Amino acid sequence: MAAITPGRAYGFFTDTSVCIGCKACEVACKEWNELPGHEPAFGDGYDNTGSLDAQNWRRVQFIDNVPDETMSAGQGKAWLMMSDVCKHCKEASCMEVCPTGAIIRTEFDSVFIQPDVCNGCRNCIAACPYDVITQDEDKGVAQKCTLCYDRLQGDMEPACAKACPTESIQFGPVDELREAARQRVTDLHDQGVTEARLYGEDSDIYGGLNAFFLLMDEPEAYRLPNKENAKLPRRNNLGGYLGTLGTAVLGVLGGLIALRRRREPVAASQAEPEAGE
Amino acid sequence: MIMSLAQAQHFVSAPDWTWYILFYFFLAGLSGGSYVIATLFRLRGDRADEPVSRLGYYVAFVALLPCPLLLTLDLGKPLRFWHMMWNTTPGDAGLSFKYWSPMSVGVWALIIFGAFATVAFLEALVRDGKLRLPVVRLLEGALGTVVAVIGAVLGLFIAGYTGVLLAVSNQPVWSDTWALGGLFLASSLSGSAALLLLLLRYRQAALVSADKLIVSERLYSLLELVLIVLFALTLLQAGTFGIAFGFPWLLLWLVAFAGLAPGIYGLATSWLTVKGEEPAAPAHASSVATEVRTPVMTSVLLPALVLLGVLALRAAVIFSIH
Repeated sequence: MAAITPGRAYGFFTDTSVCIGCKACEVACKEWNELPGHEPAFGDGYDNTGSLDAQNWRRVQFIDNVPDETMSAGQGKAWLMMSDVCKHCKEASCMEVCPTGAIIRTEFDSVFIQPDVCNGCRNCIAACPYDVITQDEDKGVAQKCTLCYDRLQGDMEPACAKACPTESIQFGPVDELREAARQRVTDLHDQGVTEARLYGEDSDIYGGLNAFFLLMDEPEAYRLPNKENAKLPRRNNLGGYLGTLGTAVLGVLGGLIALRRRREPVAASQAEPEAGE
Repeated sequence: MIMSLAQAQHFVSAPDWTWYILFYFFLAGLSGGSYVIATLFRLRGDRADEPVSRLGYYVAFVALLPCPLLLTLDLGKPLRFWHMMWNTTPGDAGLSFKYWSPMSVGVWALIIFGAFATVAFLEALVRDGKLRLPVVRLLEGALGTVVAVIGAVLGLFIAGYTGVLLAVSNQPVWSDTWALGGLFLASSLSGSAALLLLLLRYRQAALVSADKLIVSERLYSLLELVLIVLFALTLLQAGTFGIAFGFPWLLLWLVAFAGLAPGIYGLATSWLTVKGEEPAAPAHASSVATEVRTPVMTSVLLPALVLLGVLALRAAVIFSIH
């Protein structure tokens, strides 16, 4: 690959059709970023990571599609595997709400939480629609995938992409990745794999995801909000404040009514207690 | 499948805003609400309403005092609380303000409202003869009115923006409604009126305003009830009603409704009496003030129930998504 140059947008194309669930990405990520990890999560399938969080910046999802009664071989559709990661959204919900300016867009167009600026308010956690961010309990700050910011600065590709044995995780300039992804989905459709689809490669989802996916099912099957539901937090500013304003007007009005209605009777009766004091 | 497509999809994790934030919302609401009520009584009430107005300004200040502390303790890095105001990004340092992030707006609003609440507190102390501060005389004329009005607008904001803060997210329930800001504001107003009623027993001179406070509390309760209905309707539409109102949160909502009961009941009965026996109304009204002074039921238990409802409502909204 050509040299990694600042000023150009870099990201991941995660092709779930070739993911084999080996978790090499998770291991490489933890090794490079020195993430301690936590107690394993015991859920269905082979996923003991549980979710993306401050300690897990890559997480292989195992989605059990095995039918209760199998009539056919299933054609490999029984398990969906997907290496999930921060999407590095063009319009990032986390960055939008962050009150400290800790979340920035780097020279590689990735979304980065500066650990020395973040004060641990957790507003980004409330905002991220992908459940990517949590707070590191030891460090007291929010953490997530950095797109291996340090490796990029050293002209190295991110650890997960480097380790992936099936090229399910591809790293590169976003425009090149998009081209490759569209070719890939066309090829799959030609082969009769009609369920293959791209998620986040165009501007429909949060203005475009720098880390986008080829999926083998509906986005919601992978816990990804679909186009209708991929909305930014700021959408609720106007309605929220207008609702508050309307209530404020009615509240003040109510207060004025309360002060007026009883004015005369109270004025008549106030003489007694006042005189008594 | 079609059903789930019609509903809002949420795959977020909860931000762990819990006890500190609950009590911050509660106290900030009471502070803002009390300031608003105090200002209404000062500017639109009688001369006899001045004692309750000062009481309101005292409450606004005292309730606000723990707020910055609660917010700071909630941070993962409490000593970096000032990063809310000053962006320390290398090469991009400067004041931090984002009008589209309610947390950022709220921080500044809290600081500015804090200044107004402090001024009103000092002014009330001077007027009560507890403090000598000649500068306060500046606030006697039009300037005082302007300050009180601006402070009240900020108070309304402080009491309501916390709901907008929750809504500007991608959380289920919180982001599915536009009604949270109004709901928190209305419940702050009814809670503040109840708190002032509760404190009347420690300020005999303010007892003359009890009737007006009671009527205020009733009207604010009605407003709050309307907003709870709107809140529930917006959640029904989004398909997240069950999260907010399901068990065990339903119990907290029952407490919130119990807190509305005195106000709504009072409103209903007072309307009935006014219709039936118009001339008897003044006599009835003046008896309310004496009632407040004597039975523990009306002067302590009912206002306390209202306050508990205000707390329960916020707890139901905050905790149901965690």
